[in-house]
Amino acid sequence: MAEQMTGAEMVIRALTDQGVEHIFGYPGGAALPIYDAMFQQDKLQHILVRHEQGATHMAEGYARSTGKVGVVLVTSGPGATNAVTGLTDALLDSIPLVCITAQVPTSLIGSDAFQECDTVGITRSCTKHNYLVKSVADLPRVLHEAFHIARSGRPGPVLVDIPKDVQFALGTYLGADEIGASRHKSYRPPSSGDAGAIAQAVELMLKAERPIFYTGGGVINSGPDASEKLRELADLTGFPVTSTLMGLGAFPGSNPQWMGMLGMHGTYEANMAMHDCDLMICIGARFDDRITGRIDAFSPDSVKIHVDIDPSSVGKNVRVDLPIIGDCGLVLEEMIRLWRTRTNQPRTEAIKPWWDEIGSWRARNSLGYRNSDTTIKPQFAVQRLHAATKGHDVYITTEVGQHQMWAAQHFPFEMPNRWMTSGGLGTMGYGLPAAVGVQVAHPDALVIDIAGEASVQMTMQELSTAIQYRLPIKVFILNNERMGMVRQWQDLLHGGRYAHSYSESLPDFVKLAEAYGAKGIRCSDPKLLDAAIAEMIAYDGPVLFDCLVEKHENCLPMIPSGKPHNEMILPDFAEDIGAVIDEKGRQLV
Amino acid sequence: MTTHLKPQGSAYFMAQETQKPERHTLSVLVDNEPGILARVVGLFSARGYNIDSLTVSETEHDKGLSRITVVTVATPKVLIQIKAQLERLVPVHRVHDLTAEGKVLERELALVKVAGEGEHRVETLRLADAFRAQVVDATTESFVFEVTGKPSKIDSFIALMVPLGLVEVVRTGLAAISRGPEGM
Repeated sequence: MAEQMTGAEMVIRALTDQGVEHIFGYPGGAALPIYDAMFQQDKLQHILVRHEQGATHMAEGYARSTGKVGVVLVTSGPGATNAVTGLTDALLDSIPLVCITAQVPTSLIGSDAFQECDTVGITRSCTKHNYLVKSVADLPRVLHEAFHIARSGRPGPVLVDIPKDVQFALGTYLGADEIGASRHKSYRPPSSGDAGAIAQAVELMLKAERPIFYTGGGVINSGPDASEKLRELADLTGFPVTSTLMGLGAFPGSNPQWMGMLGMHGTYEANMAMHDCDLMICIGARFDDRITGRIDAFSPDSVKIHVDIDPSSVGKNVRVDLPIIGDCGLVLEEMIRLWRTRTNQPRTEAIKPWWDEIGSWRARNSLGYRNSDTTIKPQFAVQRLHAATKGHDVYITTEVGQHQMWAAQHFPFEMPNRWMTSGGLGTMGYGLPAAVGVQVAHPDALVIDIAGEASVQMTMQELSTAIQYRLPIKVFILNNERMGMVRQWQDLLHGGRYAHSYSESLPDFVKLAEAYGAKGIRCSDPKLLDAAIAEMIAYDGPVLFDCLVEKHENCLPMIPSGKPHNEMILPDFAEDIGAVIDEKGRQLV
Repeated sequence: MTTHLKPQGSAYFMAQETQKPERHTLSVLVDNEPGILARVVGLFSARGYNIDSLTVSETEHDKGLSRITVVTVATPKVLIQIKAQLERLVPVHRVHDLTAEGKVLERELALVKVAGEGEHRVETLRLADAFRAQVVDATTESFVFEVTGKPSKIDSFIALMVPLGLVEVVRTGLAAISRGPEGM
């Protein structure tokens, strides 16, 4: 139904028509008409953040844990520039966001007006697409198109910049169907993959002797059904499965075919299997540099199949033998159908020598660590946290650094959309606001941010948001008083010269929690840890948990620079990581 | 204290480039909307691709379509990436690598200002005639020529004008189209 309304009202109307229930935002001069329109309705709930970066990460957590589009509303100028980090994060991790930014009136654009910035210029390279809406007549189409682009194909952030006069202007509102927003004239994301290529892939899978599934965030983005299909195909074939950081949860961590995460801090068995396989079936991952290690020595003897919805991901870093451009879920479904027409038997027996070899790598226990009676080891803390949360409806977010890798290694997931982390951009400060966003979407779930004491201080103020909306997030800080990963690299590459990698003048996190109105818990004794974690989980409200851990623990195993997958540093070498890079590795600057 | 501490490695893995760069002409069909040129140019600068020549103009007014012709120098692997990255931009309809498709027709237009007197003027006009360059402005001591053709022809003409009093040159950049009956 075509209806007359103001631009500001159109924003609210388009959001509700798109099924949006929550938006994360912060008001300001240029955004006031939209806020006024929001004030006069009760379908959309607005979550007032403390900083616009927080809004973007909350929307990311919300989107990642629900599969829906996360929505952000900020004002012009600093509101928009503060959102840039989260938009970039969402772009690199393919998270669907719609970010609405207010802009100064069209007549003032270009005049260096108060709180003016070139928002579309600044965000052009950190969004999937962006718009400056100069006429209210374009606004309904742009808003609906923004949602279509954000969620379809390879998902990503879309920004809509709306000048204040356009928010005030009267125009005709049209719904998504009336506009035909999903029939864009140039934007045509691929859907199902080429049938011939999929058939060829299945032929290769039927013959492979050392196959491996290498899966990524694309499986999660494709929806829960794609994860189901992955499980089914793995079951049908009997092949081992590994995943990137972004893909954790698509395949159950308890399944015997699960090899653990691969890559720089992946398991020995996953990386060795990637190196020695004869058939690599990459599904929704992008051969990122944290995954491949030395590119010219990456999996030298394998035939590589790459399933991806984004053609620009194919062949970007690694030469691929059989590209399949399409949605992971649809391609997996077709693979399953074709496999079933050929055999009813998994190939577990046929590839037994391969499984035996994998078994010998597993026996190295690459995630092992030396535990202590007196100091909490960070790996132990994550394991105890995992044990304590069994039986809960649990969602985990992280910040960025060692704690993030330990969480990925020691906190297995059984389901997709339960693991929210900043993979591509590596944004410290992601986890706390992301946890807020997840908790908004799942009010009764147990949402835990596994954090580091350095990262968590970057967006600590969002604890106040959690208090305001009674969101009982748990922030589990592995406090080693170091930027642990920076310190580890300084050991590895810079002779242990710890330039600015220690956390000086740390706040008392317990008092800080209390100052915000949250609960603070501190624990430094491994014997008291379980009780402290139980107390955290039982508390009905936000908790800052200051877990004082071993200060110099290294995150292992690790593929060091200049090395391929089969030359990992294993925990046995943990004493002298500064000596493991050879002459050739030292040439890399 | 040593001030030049040599790092023992890097947080990134770097590989030597083994492929040779090639010059290719790409034709990009886009929606003629605000910011589209910035998107295309921004993509090239953000990802470290080269632009040797760039020509943009609206070609189908009714449909609001523009054609962007980009000449770039890159390795075959990067050329595939450039095409894929361009196609990822929302307002881009199609990208054709005309060089790779093998039957490209390329033309450029230049305006060339030459100043001189006496014998030089006669020689200038004689050469201009050989290159089918038109005189589009003339004074008693100068000419402005309009010359079209392949970039190599324009290069030659400009080189010949240098000793005869070349003042300045403007070039449109390359317009390119495929030979034969098929359109883009």
